[in-house]
Amino acid sequence: MTTVDRELGTQAMTGTIVRDDIIRARAPWSAVVAAGEVLRLIDLGGNQAIDCLLYSADDPVERYSAPDTFVAQGNVYLTAGTVLRTTEGRPLMTILDSTCARHDTLGGACSKESNTLRYGHHTYDQHACVENFVQEHLRHDLGKRDITSNINWFMNVPVEQDGTLGIVDGISAPGLWVDVRAELDTLVIISNCPQINNPCNGFDPTPVRAVVRRPS
Amino acid sequence: MAGTAVDTMPTMPPSALTDPPNGVEATDVLWDETVAGGGYTQLAVATGTRLRLVDVAGDSCAGLLVHRFGRTAERLNVADTVKVQWQAYPGTGSLLLSDMGRVIASVRSAPTGCIDAFCGTSNLRGNEARYGDGAADGPSPNGRDLFAVALGKRGMGRRDVAPNVNLFKQVRVAPDGALELTHRGVPGAEALLVAEMDIIVTIVNVPHPLDERTDYSVTPLRVTAWTGTPTPADDPIRTATPEAERAFLNTAAELAMNELLGGTR
Repeated sequence: MTTVDRELGTQAMTGTIVRDDIIRARAPWSAVVAAGEVLRLIDLGGNQAIDCLLYSADDPVERYSAPDTFVAQGNVYLTAGTVLRTTEGRPLMTILDSTCARHDTLGGACSKESNTLRYGHHTYDQHACVENFVQEHLRHDLGKRDITSNINWFMNVPVEQDGTLGIVDGISAPGLWVDVRAELDTLVIISNCPQINNPCNGFDPTPVRAVVRRPS
Repeated sequence: MAGTAVDTMPTMPPSALTDPPNGVEATDVLWDETVAGGGYTQLAVATGTRLRLVDVAGDSCAGLLVHRFGRTAERLNVADTVKVQWQAYPGTGSLLLSDMGRVIASVRSAPTGCIDAFCGTSNLRGNEARYGDGAADGPSPNGRDLFAVALGKRGMGRRDVAPNVNLFKQVRVAPDGALELTHRGVPGAEALLVAEMDIIVTIVNVPHPLDERTDYSVTPLRVTAWTGTPTPADDPIRTATPEAERAFLNTAAELAMNELLGGTR
């Protein structure tokens, strides 16, 4: 069945839709995206960070590595054309295209523990990405040791000349998307970021959409 | 063979070193070693221990991983370290943060701008491409496999090789995000760290992954550790920022509970 989804704007998706999920605000999600398949993530409400970790489905010890990705492309920002590398330097996924100018992989994931440092101990009871990651990792026989530097789709973390680094107002908007093609069978683990103490989610976490398609 | 001396080896006993750091009694020295280029070392040290790294000849690159001793699922988190302190270029006065919102080690001094929190370490594939060989048992070992071997000997494994920081190489990010290795090191440059928890420090001395020279150029690294007292509550590094204050509060609470458990051992 070939589907064209008219709700997804001018960049229609062609091919067979393998799955099409709404990830509710603050929730985890995971799926294996087979080699050749394309994952589209859509920021439905705008300014919604999607924290993401990637693993080789065949051997999850080999996983997405922000440093290896930086070194291979000589740049810290994730944009169309970026090859997301594993800890062994192999291509895991490729960013085919995106209507959001760039994505982050410096800022890590929020956690209850790091929230106490950034915002104060009154935030300790708030939900956080690492909670989602651990929950989802345990479903795949993974655990906390497998949490490494993650991707933050649609998040903006510029590095200033003097090294100042902050999570600033999003560069995303409602309906912006990113297409990522799996080069190896890839376990994708997502936390739809629940953070309410900085601008990464516009102070209002919203649902996102994840569509996996097999190109025709 | 006994008694043979080479340039790169541990001093044994450690207190036999002839040039202790300024103000340090030789009898307080816990470890002293010169690590060859392409080598690694690993120390398990108690809270308060001082750790000095010296770029002896000006071209070492110390890749550093830190795990909590006994509870190794807690470890240095580079992303939290730069994010929480709002600074991508750590240096003198920076804290190395664990993924549990605690201070795992503090940087008491470091050559200006010479801690790289971006590039991690080399891998087998990259070293094969650049040097023709990258195996841990070959002439140009890659950092990731050395980390894995070192951690493996402690009962950990490749999953525990998280992103590391590098000392003695400077990396800068251009406005467009481009990375540049902008510094080649100074002979005798030193960095001083303090263990803020009981930790396992794993150090690989391999060429920086952005180092484009094809001759596997890396010179010896000296690592010296000596006893010290835990950082007191009024230490300026604890009160420098609200984030530091809260990170040390978290650390102190954990250490107090840990003590009642009989330590991490």
